[in-house]
Parts: sequence; structure tokens; C-alpha cells
Amino acid sequence: MYKILEKQELAPSVKLFVMEAPLIARKAKPGQFVILRIDENGERIPLTIADFNREKGTITLIFQEVGASTRQLGRLNAGESLLDLVGPLGKPTHIEKMGTVVCIGGGIGIAPVYPIARGMKEAGNKVISIIGARSQDILIYEDEMKAVSDELHITTDDGSKGHKGLVTHVLQQMIDAGTKIDLVMAIGPVIMMRSVAEVTRPYGIHTVVSLNPIMVDGTGMCGGCRVAVGDENKFACVDGPEFDAHLVDFNGLMARQRMYKPNEHDASQRCARHGGEGECQCHSH
Amino acid sequence: MSLSLKKQKMPEQDPKVRAKNFAEVALGYSAGDAALEAARCLQCKNPLCRQGCPVEVNIPEFIKHIKDGDMDAAIGSIKNFNSLPAVCGRVCPQEEQCEKHCILAKKGEPVGIGRLERYAADYARNKGETVKPVAYKADAQKVAIVGAGPAGLTAAGDLAKMGYQVTVFEALHLPGGVLMYGIPEFRLPKEIVQAEIDNLRKLGVEIAVNAVIGQTFTVDELMEEEGFNAVFIGTGAGLPHFMGLPGENLNGVYAANEFLTRCNLMKAYRFPECATPIKVGRKVAVVGGGNVAMDAARTALRLGAEKVYIVYRRSEEEMPARKEELHHAKEEGIEFRLLTNPVAVLGNDEGWVKGLRCVRMELGEADASGRRRPVEVPDSEFELDVDVVVIAIGQGPNPLVQSTTKGLETNRKGNIIADAETGATSKPGVFAGGDIVTGAATVILAMGAGKKAAVAIDRYLKDKKNR
Ligand SMILES: Cc1cc2nc3c(=O)[nH]c(=O)nc-3n(C[C@H](O)[C@H](O)[C@H](O)COP(=O)(O)OP(=O)(O)OC[C@H]3O[C@@H](n4cnc5c(N)ncnc54)[C@H](O)[C@@H]3O)c2cc1C
Ligand SMILES: Cc1cc2nc3c(=O)[nH]c(=O)nc-3n(C[C@H](O)[C@H](O)[C@H](O)COP(=O)(O)OP(=O)(O)OC[C@H]3O[C@@H](n4cnc5c(N)ncnc54)[C@H](O)[C@@H]3O)c2cc1C
Ligand code: SF4
Ligand code: SF4
Ligand code: FES
Ligand SMILES: [Mg+2]
Repeated sequence: MYKILEKQELAPSVKLFVMEAPLIARKAKPGQFVILRIDENGERIPLTIADFNREKGTITLIFQEVGASTRQLGRLNAGESLLDLVGPLGKPTHIEKMGTVVCIGGGIGIAPVYPIARGMKEAGNKVISIIGARSQDILIYEDEMKAVSDELHITTDDGSKGHKGLVTHVLQQMIDAGTKIDLVMAIGPVIMMRSVAEVTRPYGIHTVVSLNPIMVDGTGMCGGCRVAVGDENKFACVDGPEFDAHLVDFNGLMARQRMYKPNEHDASQRCARHGGEGECQCHSH
Repeated sequence: MSLSLKKQKMPEQDPKVRAKNFAEVALGYSAGDAALEAARCLQCKNPLCRQGCPVEVNIPEFIKHIKDGDMDAAIGSIKNFNSLPAVCGRVCPQEEQCEKHCILAKKGEPVGIGRLERYAADYARNKGETVKPVAYKADAQKVAIVGAGPAGLTAAGDLAKMGYQVTVFEALHLPGGVLMYGIPEFRLPKEIVQAEIDNLRKLGVEIAVNAVIGQTFTVDELMEEEGFNAVFIGTGAGLPHFMGLPGENLNGVYAANEFLTRCNLMKAYRFPECATPIKVGRKVAVVGGGNVAMDAARTALRLGAEKVYIVYRRSEEEMPARKEELHHAKEEGIEFRLLTNPVAVLGNDEGWVKGLRCVRMELGEADASGRRRPVEVPDSEFELDVDVVVIAIGQGPNPLVQSTTKGLETNRKGNIIADAETGATSKPGVFAGGDIVTGAATVILAMGAGKKAAVAIDRYLKDKKNR
């Protein structure tokens, strides 16, 4: 059993857990993820390691409640435990001194970009961060990102904070202003990552994205997480999750993420029948 | 009394009924069936059957005990050679091993050795086996086992009985390897695998699940930092091969590993009570002709598909699947499209599978393996109307351990190179066996490799201590 030591609500339906996980904390590096299972009937849920503390033996997970399993996860409290937690999985981010690194996080993607920005900063890079959300009240990790960035830009779709518009607008302005960029690291919704790739492609700016296809085992055994990258099929759980954005088949990835839409709907409906949001009983009998 | 030329029939669920449930197909012998079948054995002085068994179970001996009604002696005899008889009695390809060599096979059907083995093992399990924990000596040496499949579990059990302190590291949340995630419930009930694992735990073997070696720990860390004196690697052949067909990434295309894992390990057939979803096809094509393909096809049928095809590029004769399972699949209504090869998966506008384009094949010259090579018949393309495609054309070795372990040699295919008799690898103190060494093979061969490695590890550690 893996204990939840601390729980925070960062924004409506975005929660943070600090987990007791000494073996994972010991090895975790920016860019890696874990897979967890809530209980005996639970599915295997991949989540990025948003932070880790080797001394305390803890890792931080930040998740958005988007369906039956993440909502069930969100109902757990500090002191309770998860049945399974495995990791670290995937390849770590390649971190070295490159010059200027632009770190872009969109929505829940700000969480996984944070340890990367921190690592890039520690390696001696100039870190310019652009973080975006639909609206100010669901913007997470602003202070944390500020602490590890030389420059921090904020965008919101509704203009409630920072620049009104998309992260790609700010990126384009930076490029237009002649900023020399050695690497762009972007994590967020697939549409955002695809747009970032389109912005940087004409300038040949090396751009890396972290992909989140549907996974099962996370060890390269099932092939479910395959994504076309260049001429090859890659297994995101072991070959990635980070890839060269200019080679990724984003449309294929988006299509595959919709594979279980009808089932997910059923699962959520079932939760609703069991007493509506906040009181789902379906996994606790 | 003249003895029957035929084996006692195995009671089975009716094909029409079983095609809609996940319960075990073969129901097992009654005491009466077992006595009659045991009586067929001639108790040969020079039993050819034993030569066909990779672990040389003393077949006439255990059958004699069954005949005499001494079931404790029967299971005792089997367990001297085979630590997972309930599993092997069910899934061994007996028709190519022990039973193939049985003297009775010359005139009629061989003795139902596998069925009797299963009977003895089930008898013992139902009666409740008593496992005595092994008391470690304070200075017991530590052995790490990587991977909880049949190879790793067998090595673990044998080493524990020799007095070593054994920890099994398993990447998934449940031990058992293919026995848990691959072979379906209707062929091998998970309860049986679980009982074997519980016995190992009672014996004193520690099983650490959720531990991916190469990530959570490396093999070098196990030896240098965690104090293990030797390591056995039994990580299997878990890397699914795809065909590189156009449309292979469409929604509805699965590797057999994913399809079977969702269903067996994650119990997707109980969705949404169990939270892992699976796409239940209306019409399903499974590409391949081995056990994995049969299992995937029969699973798709049980999930509720109206029509399930096996698409295989050679003829039935060349199919590597067990004959018994091929027969079961046919009985259940799986349709065989033999001498047929897929060339493209067809999709609709939303990115879902809507068909499988195939070509017909004919058998040409024999290839290196002696099987006649299938060649395409010109202008023979046709389309199968399906919405799910399962690719079951084989698996390779997962590279995670090899790529993170210093000095561990692999062959061209990425399999670990290990001595066939001892499992010794190029790295001192590290042994390997099972599918990770041989490529995808059988449960009993993986167990045999685990057994040999346990003996070799014992010898290695004793030699090292005495030096
Ligand atoms: C490497 C990786 C890292 C991730 N990191 C984070 C993170 O840090 N924070 C976060 O909030 N989310 C993260 N995700 C996504 C998260 O795993 C899914 O949101 C979650 O599994 C949805 O489960 P659900 O049952 O609540 O939703 P569902 O209703 O079942 O699904 C909603 C959507 O989530 C996606 N999804 C569903 N099941 C899976 C699965 N097994 N694997 C991947 N995606 C799935 C699908 O696209 C689906 O349409 C990550 C995914 C991957 C692959
Ligand atoms: C669907 C299917 C049906 C089959 N049917 C039959 C049959 O009827 N009869 C028969 O004899 N054989 C059959 N086989 C073949 C047989 O199951 C295998 O040959 C056998 O299981 C191999 O055993 P193993 O111990 O080498 O590996 P596996 O059973 O593959 O076990 C390997 C274990 O190692 C774990 N692992 C892998 N990498 C790591 C890591 N880095 N760290 C920690 N753990 C790791 C895996 O998760 C797995 O649990 C079938 C195989 C499949 C897939
Ligand atoms: S272990 Fe397999 S091959 Fe050996 S006797 Fe039993 S069924 Fe036959
Ligand atoms: S060869 Fe057949 S008849 Fe002879 S001992 Fe073996 S099982 Fe019995
Ligand atoms: S999640 Fe199964 S291979 Fe990547
Ligand atoms: Mg879900």
C-alpha cells in the first residue's frame, strides 16, 4: 500500500497528492512518470512525477479529474492509500546546458513542466517559461514556475490573468522579437503541443513534447501506447514519453486518445447513477 | 479386460454455452475417469514418455499411485520434478511432448498424461496443501529473481527450499507472468496460478510487485547496493511485434498482448465494475496461428463478438497452436481464413477500423524451418468486414533489463545469451532462463530453465563461499 501523505486542491478539479514512495523518489528524474491503481478493480492510471524529494522519500502527483478513475482518485484523502504505485517509468528529460530554453506548460501540463524547468535552470540555462490556462482560477504552479524561471509569461484564454490568448502567441512574439532559442519544451493538451510544433517548425527550433497516449502496463509489453514518430512507431512508455515535436503524428495520437470515449461515457454515467459527483460508490464495494 | 485404444474423454462445457462465458472449458476428470485412464498405462520398464517431458516427470510412477488410489504419493512424485503441475497439466503441449512418445500412441491414443497430472494437482489443491515455511539461517545468502513468470517462480521456489533468502521483483501489480496476463481464465483459471503463488509466499519467498528492474532498481544496484549475491533474470518475451501494415495504428487495432492483458489481468470483461475498458468488436479478425492467436480469438468471442476470424498465411498443418485448442476454437465457431495474409487495415473517417484487406496465399518451396513458404496469389485481394483487428504474430524480448545492465551479452534478436545447462550469462553471478533466453516458447521449458538455474546458482554461491 502506498500512502497519501498530503492532499491539496490547486484549482477546481485539480488535485495534488504527496505520496510516500521512497524507492521511486530515490530514482525519479524530471520527465518520468508513475502508474497507479486505486483498488482491486481499478485501472492503471499514468501520472507524471510533478516533483520528488529524495530525503523525505516522497513524490508529488498533480491530476485533473477528467473521468471516472481520476474523480475516484480525487475523493481519496491524506492518510488513505493506493493499492499500487510503480515507477519511475519512461526516459528522463535530456537536461544539459544548451543556452536559452523556453518551457511551455498548458493547463495541467504546467505540473510536469515544472521539474524540467527547474532542472534546466540548475544546469545553467536561461529559462523562459510560458504557462497558460483557460482562466485564472484554474492556473496552477505560478509561484513554483516563477521561482525557477528567468522570465515567466502567463496567458489565459479569457484574459483574466496575463496575456489574453494562447501560449503560442507569446512564443511567436518572442521569435519575432529575435530571441535566440536553443530548445522549446512543451507539455499540455495535444492541440497545444501541435500548435507549438507548427510555430517552431519554420525556424528549425528544436522542440520536445511529452506525449500521453493511453497506456496499460507502462513497460513496453502491450503496445497500446504506440505513436508514429517520423517513419517509426514508438512505444511512448519506454521510448518516450518525450519526442521531437517535429516528427510526431499528433493527429494520430489525438485519434487514439479517443478510443474509449463510448466506454468512458458509460463509466461516468454509472458513477452518476451511484449518487452523482462526489459520492460515487462504484469502486468501493 | 482389454484396454481402450482411446483416452478417457475430458468432460467439457458445451461449446455453445462456453462461447459466452469465461469459466474453464475443460472440467477435469472424475475419480472414476482418472482410475480408468491410469489403468491404461502399461508401466513400461523403459518409459518413452519421460523422454518427451522437458523436466522428466516420473510418469509411470505417479500414474501407478493414481491407479492405487494413493493421491498423496502421486502428487509427491510429480512435485519432485514439476512445481506447477496444475498449470502444466492444463497448458503443456502434451501431444508434442510426453504423450507423443507414449508407447500407446503407436496403436491408438496415448495415455492422457496431462489430464492425469492435472487431476492429481487439483486433488491436492482442493484438499488443501500444507506448505512448511523454510527457516533461513541467519547468514543465508540472498538471491534476486527478476520477473514472476514460470521461469522466475520455479527458480524462486527451488532456491527457497535450498535455504536461500529469495526476493522476486515483478514489474506488474500481480505475479504470474503470461500465466496471469496472457493465458485466459477459460484455459487456466487465475485462482490456480494464485494458489501456486500463495504457496511460494508461504514457503518464505518474498514477492515485490510494482518493481521494474532497469528503472526502480538496476541489476547492478541489486548486487552492489541491495546485497543480492546472485540474480536470475526471467523477464519473458513481452515485446509485441506489429506487421507494419498501413492503418495499424487505427482505433480498434490491438497487439494480442494488450487485448489479452486488458481482459485477463485487468478484467475488462467486467467493465465498468472493473475500470479498464476494452473495445468489444462486432466482427473481429485475429492475425496469427499460434496459441496466442487462439486465445485472442476465443476471448473476442466471449466478449460478445458476432463473428471472429483467424487469419493465417499458411495452412492448418503449419499452425503452431496446440491441436486441442485449435479444435476447441473450431467447436466454438471461430472461422478460419487460412492461406490468407493481411495487407492493410482499412479505416473510416473517424479513425476506426472498418475492414481488413487481405490477399490469398499458396504454399511454395520449403524454407529453412522445413515449412513450405507461403507466396501471394496474384490479384487475389479481398476485404474482410471487421471492426477490431488483433495482431498475434509473435513477441520479442523486452530490452529494459539488457540495456541497463553492464556486461550482459545478448544475441542478434536481443535475447540474453545464457548456457543451456546452467543459465549462466556473460555477467558473473547473473543467470537467465525462459523466454528471455529462448524466445517465446512454453511454460514447461521456462520452468525447466528456472530449475536448472536454481541448481547452478546454488553451486555458484557454494563455490564462491568456499573459495
Ligand atoms: C505518461 C502520462 C503522463 C500523464 N500525466 C498526467 C498528469 O500528470 N496529470 C494528469 O492529470 N493527467 C496525466 N495523464 C493523463 C491521465 O493518465 C488520464 O487523464 C487518466 O488516466 C484519465 O482517467 P479517467 O478514468 O479519469 O478518465 P477517462 O474518462 O477514462 O478518460 C479521459 C481521457 O483520458 C485519457 N485516458 C484514459 N485512460 C488513460 C490511460 N490509461 N492512459 C493515458 N490516458 C488515458 C483518454 O484520452 C481519455 O479520453 C498522463 C498520461 C500519460 C500517458
Ligand atoms: C497468450 C499466450 C498463450 C500461451 N499459451 C501457452 C500454452 O498453452 N502452453 C505453453 O506451454 N505455453 C504457452 N504460452 C507460452 C508461455 O506462456 C511462455 O513461454 C512462458 O510463460 C514463459 O515464461 P517466462 O517465465 O520466461 O516469462 P513470462 O511468463 O513472460 O514472465 C515474465 C515476467 O517478467 C516480468 N518482467 C518483464 N520485464 C521485467 C522487468 N524489467 N522487471 C521486472 N519484471 C519484469 C513480466 O511482467 C512477467 O511477469 C503462451 C503465451 C502467451 C502469450
Ligand atoms: S510436465 Fe508437461 S510434458 Fe511433462 S509430463 Fe507433465 S504434461 Fe507432460
Ligand atoms: S510410455 Fe505410455 S504406457 Fe508407457 S509408461 Fe509412459 S505413459 Fe505409460
Ligand atoms: S503502455 Fe503498454 S507498451 Fe506502453
Ligand atoms: Mg478511465
